[in-house]
Amino acid sequence: MSAIDLAIVGAGPAGLAAAATAAELGLSVTVFDENTAPGGQIYRGIEAVAGPRARDLAVLGPAYAAGKAVVERFRASKAGYSPATTVWLVQKDRRLGILRDGKASMVEARRVLIATGALERPVPIPGWTLPGVMLAGAAQSLLKASGMVPAGPVVLAGNGPLLWQLAAQFVAAGVNIAALLETGSAYKAALPHLPAVVLAGGYLAKGLGLIASVRKAGVPIRRSVEGLRAVGKGRLQAVEFTAGGRAERIPAELLCLHQGVVANAQLGMAIPLKHEWVEAQRCWRPVLDAWGNSDVEGIAVAGDGAGIGGADAAVHAGRIAGFEAARALGRIDAAARDARAAGDVAAWRRHLRARPFLDALYPPARALRVPADDVMVCRCEEVTAGQVREAVRQGGTGPNQVKSFTRTGMGPCQGRMCGLTISEIIADALGKPVAAVGTYRIRPPIKPLTVGELAALE
Amino acid sequence: MSAPGDFDVIVIGGGLHGCSAAYHLAAARLKPVVLEKHVVARHASSASAGGVRRLGRDPAEIPLAMASIEMWHAMRATLGDDGEFRATGQVRVAENVDELRQCEARAAQVRALGYDHEVVIDRKELRRLVPAVAEQCIGGLYTARDGYAFPFKATTAFRLKAEALGAVVKEDTRVEAIERSGERWLVTTNRGPFRAPVLVNAAGAWGAEIARMLGEEVPIEPVALMMMVSGRMPHFLDPTVGSMGRKMSFKQMQSGTVVIGGGHRGRVDPLTELTELEFQFLGESARTVAAIFPLMKHAPLVRCWAGIEGFTPDELPIIGPSKAVPGVFHSFGFCGHGFQLGPVVGSITAQLVTGGKTNLPIEPFRVDRFAGSPPQA
Repeated sequence: MSAIDLAIVGAGPAGLAAAATAAELGLSVTVFDENTAPGGQIYRGIEAVAGPRARDLAVLGPAYAAGKAVVERFRASKAGYSPATTVWLVQKDRRLGILRDGKASMVEARRVLIATGALERPVPIPGWTLPGVMLAGAAQSLLKASGMVPAGPVVLAGNGPLLWQLAAQFVAAGVNIAALLETGSAYKAALPHLPAVVLAGGYLAKGLGLIASVRKAGVPIRRSVEGLRAVGKGRLQAVEFTAGGRAERIPAELLCLHQGVVANAQLGMAIPLKHEWVEAQRCWRPVLDAWGNSDVEGIAVAGDGAGIGGADAAVHAGRIAGFEAARALGRIDAAARDARAAGDVAAWRRHLRARPFLDALYPPARALRVPADDVMVCRCEEVTAGQVREAVRQGGTGPNQVKSFTRTGMGPCQGRMCGLTISEIIADALGKPVAAVGTYRIRPPIKPLTVGELAALE
Repeated sequence: MSAPGDFDVIVIGGGLHGCSAAYHLAAARLKPVVLEKHVVARHASSASAGGVRRLGRDPAEIPLAMASIEMWHAMRATLGDDGEFRATGQVRVAENVDELRQCEARAAQVRALGYDHEVVIDRKELRRLVPAVAEQCIGGLYTARDGYAFPFKATTAFRLKAEALGAVVKEDTRVEAIERSGERWLVTTNRGPFRAPVLVNAAGAWGAEIARMLGEEVPIEPVALMMMVSGRMPHFLDPTVGSMGRKMSFKQMQSGTVVIGGGHRGRVDPLTELTELEFQFLGESARTVAAIFPLMKHAPLVRCWAGIEGFTPDELPIIGPSKAVPGVFHSFGFCGHGFQLGPVVGSITAQLVTGGKTNLPIEPFRVDRFAGSPPQA
């Protein structure tokens, strides 16, 4: 087994840009992708949409279409591509556990770049486990992958740019949107960050454009929504909430929930790389230097998996990581890296200027971070917020003990879905900061592997 | 009690053995304090596969295991909580004639020692007990009253009962120094000093470090024992199943998940207290499981982990008084099979503390048995 120079996990904007950059500088590169075609979540299905499904391109909009150039540059490079491949393990010694064609095996790399992108923050509300309730990003993935749109009526609820983007896409696709329910957007808190977002270029115009298109279509919009509940017998039938002190009920067949995205840090946490709590984004991210290097030699992280910056920032972060990989492996010296990366570093910083505004404008609502006792928080093991609080009363001081008490986080998702909520509930119950409470120890495989698949590993 | 840091006994280590000792000491009307450097049941006591097994034990351990199994069966009555102990038996399967002969020899050896808990079973009885077992399995060894428990909950059950009887548990309390001060031990920690006339060393894989502070060298190697767990499966298995010829421990828990161990070793860093898994050995573990339980081939494995345990050169624990200093009793280095012994060894330790002797044979576990042997690398 000969080691490849650079193994990249994930084929979104950061992974693809890093692969092209490093391969152009002569490194042997392989991108491992769980999907069957490059693009990641943000540009899912871009090659098909840009080709045979051109009709969907208009629905998905210009931000999505931008992925075409990123994928084309990757395809034009000599970087290798391993589709339909799950990376279930990265070790400190830079060996990767992969699953392909039903067989587990190990791959050695001289350097590893983790570009696993973002996950949607869970939105635990009463009734969120009913069929007919999904996260907005999942609904968007269906649209990208197969052009599937709901028959409606649809309610979108929560906050964040993706919610408005999905609403605009649904409008363009002719979906029957019964209402868009916005939970606690903090316009006042965001105001001081307005100049920075203007300087970041494009973000404000893009956001206002999305909102305008949703308004123009006549979608009913409710602001400062509280007490959100999904109700129905056996499946979703209606969404209940209060807005402006008035209780409302809107019949719906689909409820798309969203309250922002967070770094998908699972793979790095399982190594484990050092992580820190980011108060402004209320999520964990790996501790990295300016070039994306983690505290473990030879393992770097780029893109939203390093902290949310968005797709445009991720492309530059990926290129920066590609230059750094070439330097670390002796292809170019530090001066050449600095010179070649200068444009990307400047562009990356410019894009990141938009974040403080967006983070301040769309804080995750407290009731959704720290749900009431009867709300289920761990879907795999069916554990409620109340059971988590009970485990804290019994002496649980952190997520790992609460896990032993309640089985929360022990299911197939390995705490990917419930981890943030559990840490938030425990921190709240103990009156401590989330950073002090910590998070689950994540154990490989980070994606389930069958006994038969693992049996192939020699 | 003259000062807040004064106790009758200081127990170092908040694992199953430390908590069991604390419970038995408190039940004997002493006031123990448990000093735990992290949280209760942080390492082996929550990472353990939880086998409550007499089957296949070293002859030296059998008297202790026989006493302990009675305590497991009485646990709900004594502690008010059974730690989810389920007496569904333990089986070791034989996959060929040679292995079946080993079963017969083992059963004869146990009988010669005066015990009858390990019995040979034939192909038919094996299938009655373990319907899902593969075709090539022709029999095995069986102990009916053995079973399994949930290690974290069993440890917590001892801890809570000990606390209810007056024991104090101090988490995030790391021992920094130990010195003799008159008739008492002074233990300095990151959370202040503790004093008591008696010390119990139940520090698991770190037991040798504590012994060294007392001037006693014990060869202990920290070992990371790897385990895997599947997602929930429909109920198909009651007893815990091992193998005569391969490394396997296999049990289906109440929740439906299947816990797989067997002594495959990962890597351990005792300083950071972190473990790394060796997946090629888990690959072997998966092949073993697929061979003995073909229905497991499509079972998803959702998590693998390793617990840090202390191993001695003869793979027997250290139990009993220090041979170097007065007022110190050891209970550590259980080599990956100390879970079943937790109840009885805590009771032995309490007997030693209160009366200086125990009615169980602990001579094989004396701390100085390795003296003169070359130090461990």
